[in-house]
Amino acid sequence: MAIPLLEVKNLVKRYGTVNAVNGISFTISRGTCFGLLGPNGAGKTTALEVIEDIIPPTSGEILYNGAPKSPTFREDVGIQFQHTTLLNFMTVGETLLTFQKLYREVESFDYMVEICKLREILGQMNNKISGGQAQRLMLALALVNKPKLIFLDEPSTGLDPQARRYLWEIIRGIKEDGKTIVLTTHSMDEAEYLCDEIAIMDHGRIIAQGSPPQLINRYCEGGTISLPRENVVASLDDLPLPYREENGRIVIMTDKVNTGIEKLLAMKIDLSDMTVHSPDLEDVFLNLTGRKLRD
Amino acid sequence: MSWQRMWAMFKARNYEFFRDKAAFGWNFLFPFLIIAGFGIIFGGRDYSGFKVGVFPAAAEKVVAAETNLPQRFIETKHLEFIGFKSLEEGLEKLRHHKIDFLLRLDSPAGEYWLLDSSPKGYIVERLFQAGLIPEGEAQGERVEVQGTQIRYIDWLFPGILAMNMMFSSLWGVGYIIVRYRKNGVLKRLKATPLTAFEYLTAQALSRIFLLMFTLVVVWIGADLLFSFRVAGSYLDLFIVFAFGSLSLTSIGLLLAARGISEEFTSGALNFIAWPMMFLSEVWFSLEGAPQWVRTFSQILPLTHLLKAARKIMNDGASLMEVSSECLVMLGVTLFCLVLGALLFSWNE
Repeated sequence: MAIPLLEVKNLVKRYGTVNAVNGISFTISRGTCFGLLGPNGAGKTTALEVIEDIIPPTSGEILYNGAPKSPTFREDVGIQFQHTTLLNFMTVGETLLTFQKLYREVESFDYMVEICKLREILGQMNNKISGGQAQRLMLALALVNKPKLIFLDEPSTGLDPQARRYLWEIIRGIKEDGKTIVLTTHSMDEAEYLCDEIAIMDHGRIIAQGSPPQLINRYCEGGTISLPRENVVASLDDLPLPYREENGRIVIMTDKVNTGIEKLLAMKIDLSDMTVHSPDLEDVFLNLTGRKLRD
Repeated sequence: MSWQRMWAMFKARNYEFFRDKAAFGWNFLFPFLIIAGFGIIFGGRDYSGFKVGVFPAAAEKVVAAETNLPQRFIETKHLEFIGFKSLEEGLEKLRHHKIDFLLRLDSPAGEYWLLDSSPKGYIVERLFQAGLIPEGEAQGERVEVQGTQIRYIDWLFPGILAMNMMFSSLWGVGYIIVRYRKNGVLKRLKATPLTAFEYLTAQALSRIFLLMFTLVVVWIGADLLFSFRVAGSYLDLFIVFAFGSLSLTSIGLLLAARGISEEFTSGALNFIAWPMMFLSEVWFSLEGAPQWVRTFSQILPLTHLLKAARKIMNDGASLMEVSSECLVMLGVTLFCLVLGALLFSWNE
């Protein structure tokens, strides 16, 4: 069996009496994109920074290529932090060149510029570029050393939908080049679009792990049918399926959507303005914790 | 240790210095303006004269020769006479130390006022009383010092340069590194193979390069205006200033070893800079100050930088003759750099 690129065993990070990361374990295979999905404050960034060697763990073990991290670990990994300020009074091009000088083996300048679409802003000062351009530059800096493993912490936070989609395509391109990626996100869309495997974190723990389809199948069978509350004239207690009320609508959970609709028709319930929703990672999180990801 | 990484960081810091036009300009303008101010406003002399208020007078400007004040008192150098309309007006200024001594012009008895707590007032009183003694009764023999006299501005110039170096070292290194730590630049660099030693060395070398560059430009500019006299070797002077910048920069690095609070760092930098400025003889000599003050001043690297620079510039001393001052500066450098490197944190 191939040795996983990264193996995290029972990792704990404690601040005083608070367990920011509370005994998480997972493995990451080469060439995959692994996502840590969870709400703000779940411990994703702390876990990532411990793995990246930015902050020390309280306990636990991290194996890289089957062995404890060596001093050359930083030559092998590329990191994009959630919050970073770039060096002042430098252009985008100079910033890339400066970071290239910090590593022994480096990616070609043109590759970084092309894949991260930086050509038109190379001569601009770092403080004059937009949020989306800054995120692309950060991504390019994470690629500067031809990393075997790339950490991306909430890469699309704060970007408008168009810039997000643009960034996702870039990350997909990087993945297609055979890089291994670990990313944190609180966006289920992002996780579903980019990740091969996901660990859902809450309160410092991993509460579920698997590929997006596996997680959905495991924790959310069937789907949901949503109707305006006023369509359900009969008593809600008479509904033959479990339901919840949400924003003036009745949301009915069912294993089999067709059977559920048939039952509603049998009760002569008006189905106008009905929506049917296949479960997603948001539902997985909701079912696991009783809360929404963004709560 | 990688020279390539250090060179990259050295260049990045220099870009920042040279491209930040406001800070860049101020680094040159500040010392130049102070020197020019002293040179032009006070004619390069020590401005610490005595201010004598007189009343009643029609205007603020008083021609002392046209008053009934004792001739010998009027002729005393470094006295400036300022007129007031009334006693009340003069006393108000005296109480607030805006004048040192107050005299009534229309008093045959020579009535005067002074603050008991004012040393300058006491001296003017003695001068006034001496002015009342008839000519020829004075004791003592006057002997003038021979040779080239050192102007106050020649004495002051190294102090201004060193003071500028101190502020530039402490804030340009200490404050900047703390700001970088706070806004995540250091964290980003920690994620690379760059080591703390490489980063700190690059910062120190960059600051020393910039300090020496500023020193040379300001020196040339100020020298064109005031023709400073350098009795010793320019090279020795340059080396002494290089030692000084090394020691002051290392203090900046030590202060920046930890912490993310710019406010606290600013306070700590002020706490170090201000006593150093006043106790290292930038503006005035500590001769006659309490012994403990003079002893304390010996632990400050700025004291040794100024002592060595003035010995070379004013007295023509050689580098060997200021070796003890250089050793102290190197000692401070070593202590601060080692401690700074041990305490340094990228993100705490």
